[in-house]
Amino acid sequence: MKLMLFAPELFLLLGSLVLFFITLGENKAGQAKGAAIAIAVVNLILVLATQCQEGNLFYDAYRVDCFSQFFKVIISIGFLVFLLFGRALKGVEDKIKPEYYLFMLLSVMGLVMLMSSVELLTMVVSLELSSFCLYLLVPMRDEHTGERTQMEGAIKYILFGVLATAIMLFGMSYIFGLTNTTYLVDLLPALNKAYGMNQVAVIAGLAMVMIGFLYKLGVFPLHFWVPDVYQGASNETAAFIASVPKIAAVAILIRITTLVAPGDQTMPVLLTVLAVGSMFYGNLLALVQKDIKRMLGFSGIAHAGFIMLGLVTFKTVGFAAAVFYIIGYLVMTLTCFLVICKVSQNGENVLIEDLTGLHKRAPLLALTLGIGMFALAGIPPFAGFMGKFMLLTHAYANDHKILVVLAAINTAIAIYYYLSVVRVTFCSDPEEKPAIQVDVISKVVSVGLLVVIILLGVLPNGLLQSAEKAINTLPGAPFL
Amino acid sequence: MDFLIVNEGFPILSTLVFLPLVGALALLAVPNESFARIWTLIITTITAVICLFLYPRFDTPTAKYQFGEHCSWIPSLNINYTLGIDGISLLLVLLTTLIMPICILASWKYIQKRVKEFMICMLIMETSMLGVFMALDFVLFYILWEAMLIPMYLLIAIWGGPRKVYASVKFFLYTLAGSVLLLVAIIALYLHNGTWSIPMMMGQEYSQLFQTLVFLAFFLAFAIKVPMFPFHTWLPAAHVEAPTAGSVILASVLLKMGTYGFLRFCLPITPAATFYFMPAILWLSVAGILYGGFTALAQSDMKKLIAYSSVGHMGFVTLGIFVLNTQGIEGAILQMINHGITTGALFICVGLIYERTHSRELSTASGIGQFMPIYVTFLAFFSLSSLAFPGTNSFIGEFLILVGGFTKNWVVASFAIPGAILAAAYMLRMLQKVVWGSKANPNPDILSDLNFREVLTLAPLLVFVFWIGLRPEPFLDVMHTSVSHLIDQVNQANPEILVAKKLIP
Repeated sequence: MKLMLFAPELFLLLGSLVLFFITLGENKAGQAKGAAIAIAVVNLILVLATQCQEGNLFYDAYRVDCFSQFFKVIISIGFLVFLLFGRALKGVEDKIKPEYYLFMLLSVMGLVMLMSSVELLTMVVSLELSSFCLYLLVPMRDEHTGERTQMEGAIKYILFGVLATAIMLFGMSYIFGLTNTTYLVDLLPALNKAYGMNQVAVIAGLAMVMIGFLYKLGVFPLHFWVPDVYQGASNETAAFIASVPKIAAVAILIRITTLVAPGDQTMPVLLTVLAVGSMFYGNLLALVQKDIKRMLGFSGIAHAGFIMLGLVTFKTVGFAAAVFYIIGYLVMTLTCFLVICKVSQNGENVLIEDLTGLHKRAPLLALTLGIGMFALAGIPPFAGFMGKFMLLTHAYANDHKILVVLAAINTAIAIYYYLSVVRVTFCSDPEEKPAIQVDVISKVVSVGLLVVIILLGVLPNGLLQSAEKAINTLPGAPFL
Repeated sequence: MDFLIVNEGFPILSTLVFLPLVGALALLAVPNESFARIWTLIITTITAVICLFLYPRFDTPTAKYQFGEHCSWIPSLNINYTLGIDGISLLLVLLTTLIMPICILASWKYIQKRVKEFMICMLIMETSMLGVFMALDFVLFYILWEAMLIPMYLLIAIWGGPRKVYASVKFFLYTLAGSVLLLVAIIALYLHNGTWSIPMMMGQEYSQLFQTLVFLAFFLAFAIKVPMFPFHTWLPAAHVEAPTAGSVILASVLLKMGTYGFLRFCLPITPAATFYFMPAILWLSVAGILYGGFTALAQSDMKKLIAYSSVGHMGFVTLGIFVLNTQGIEGAILQMINHGITTGALFICVGLIYERTHSRELSTASGIGQFMPIYVTFLAFFSLSSLAFPGTNSFIGEFLILVGGFTKNWVVASFAIPGAILAAAYMLRMLQKVVWGSKANPNPDILSDLNFREVLTLAPLLVFVFWIGLRPEPFLDVMHTSVSHLIDQVNQANPEILVAKKLIP
């Protein structure tokens, strides 16, 4: 019975072994792609089958419950969608494609394990499994464009990433020193007790632990890797880095936030500063970008700041809004990257001006990008607006009025650069640019993503309630 | 829910809102351009016909919201789907549905590229505009209020004139920047009341500071939309660059949303702040009237001339709203309708010239009276209506507003009088040049007179010009109860009445 709880992870492990054997042969890119998609589909089925089961594994270091399975479903869906539209993998050489899929799968496995880790060291191991695979994916881009930006991105990614991990481990040493345990269940009461005696050490420890995940989410001031990695990595890799790991980061940030003692005054201030810094930094710098991936990178920093609005409430509903927002962000980002991947002919980077006349060259892609951009900008009736609206409501309800006003002002700043993409896409006529061929599966995926964006914007209730239910299973939830 | 008369039978309001949207979705599947035109005309006409049934069934003696529909939408945030109309919104809903088929007819020949997308944008516009006037839940209102920006932006940015990029981005940025703080104000109101229902937010106890801040957030959003004097700069740009149908929608319906917002939200929800800011807004209105008039006098581009005249006319509307008495507000609502009819028609007239000469300059349009007699007849009547000539619709509206103004504050009202004279000056200047201007200028070959479709476009508007001008009772009757209810709500915070109550126990 316990084996069933662990089935998705076991299957991913098995799948990565299969992919490993595929990498041993020559010219196996096609096989590796097929295997990866098949594994992703079966994984999704298994995760859905284990939905809402409960149980502890491995000396209680690994817990399967509503919370973990909810996020596993989202990660699995995101991974599958990514594989479906990124099948061409234009920016990666054929001979290393099997390895690419292997590391990608291992990274997803790390993320899936991270969702169930309820012990600090297990968390570190899962996180690092996922991170190191991602570090490897960035420099795998081929060099036919003549630039070596992927190397710059990769080195920044790994150096900053290792530094963030080091700080996180340092923070964990504080936590362990104060409480003598690494289990999250025991940490909650122990930290509350320690909070009474040594407030500064507890907050400093928790904040440092958070840094590891704030880094993944790309929150100011841990954002330095974001634009360079987005620009340097191949379009498909950037699509993955921009979307799926951020779901996991938000999930763990919520876990850690629930450990903060009720009534603490320092952590909200810290999160507010991060939120304001991220929003303004991301939006102001995105205004001047010409490379669309780089622009999306800066916009991602701004969106990460918005997520902080949900965390700063320290309430279940606020966390649920943050989860809703990041899921919406996942869908919207995948939508935009789908278009980028298709517009890019040979895997080169796409400038905003390359989108000229897209409405004629590929009407569906233009519509997809237009709705994706309006959704990211937070214009109703799309997912981005509903998420933003709920975050603002809950933040305001918890007396973060200034923060809400600043966030609202940021919406107005952000619209300019999203609008410039829409303008180029719809309102300029093509000057001798070729039409873009889009395969049937990508068309289906893009229509599906559009439907999800609209449904999340118009009928958010179902997802919101699932998110609330998931968060309520956390041990810290009753104290919120 | 005592504010709403729930409609148990056929959900007429939802049908009105969603029929155009369904039509737009159906259009997505059809590639044929001429079919798109006919289909859109049919859909908008059906919507207009259904909407006409609202008028005889509208119950005038009650101030409650009628034809109501109510169901839960997002329970976890207590958001409902609530629709309903009262005497203030009824005429605006009618105006919106009636102007849409006219817009489609007006763009029959004008729009030649990407016809299908154009029609989809128009239909989505209709859905969101009708929804804004009917929504009684603040979230529903806000979603439709902002969603409207997307099709309007595309209308200007794709089918617009040479400076379309500048105009469309300016329009979008201005309007969005204005409404982000509106969202914050809505959230603040929700957390104070625990409901998003607009009527339930009216007449509540709010502190003076809270009212002031909420009012300012409302004011910024609505004043940009109207547009009131210092916030008007997006309007001439957007009007000049937009295609004819876009200009007509902008002038006839979009601008009314700002003044509708004042009536629906500012006055009943924040009455104390309304009284506090009233003098300043009255003077801003007067500034708008005079500024719009003088600037219109100096224009050589006909579309710009009418755009600036809009600033002046909308100044009259805000003046009427903020004098806070029956004549003023009724005049303002009637003037909203009048401006929609007259200015919409004038924009169509300019569009007709542009289709023939590809110019909007007064100099190239001069002296066409001898070649296009039917056209100049229409133009003359609409111009007279625009300058509030007695017997036409605008006369009734402006007269009521000025009566209200003189009752309230004769100094402000007398400053508005030159605005009416300026209107006569710039409209007659245009009329004089177009009808009797220099003889040699135009090329008679391209100046064919109006055909049947074009007459059909303008004739309904002319009927309303005289109908409202000669017999305004049917239009005023439906709003009496709602307006007096609104004035009661506002007067709860009237400082004079509050003092009187203390003195006379």
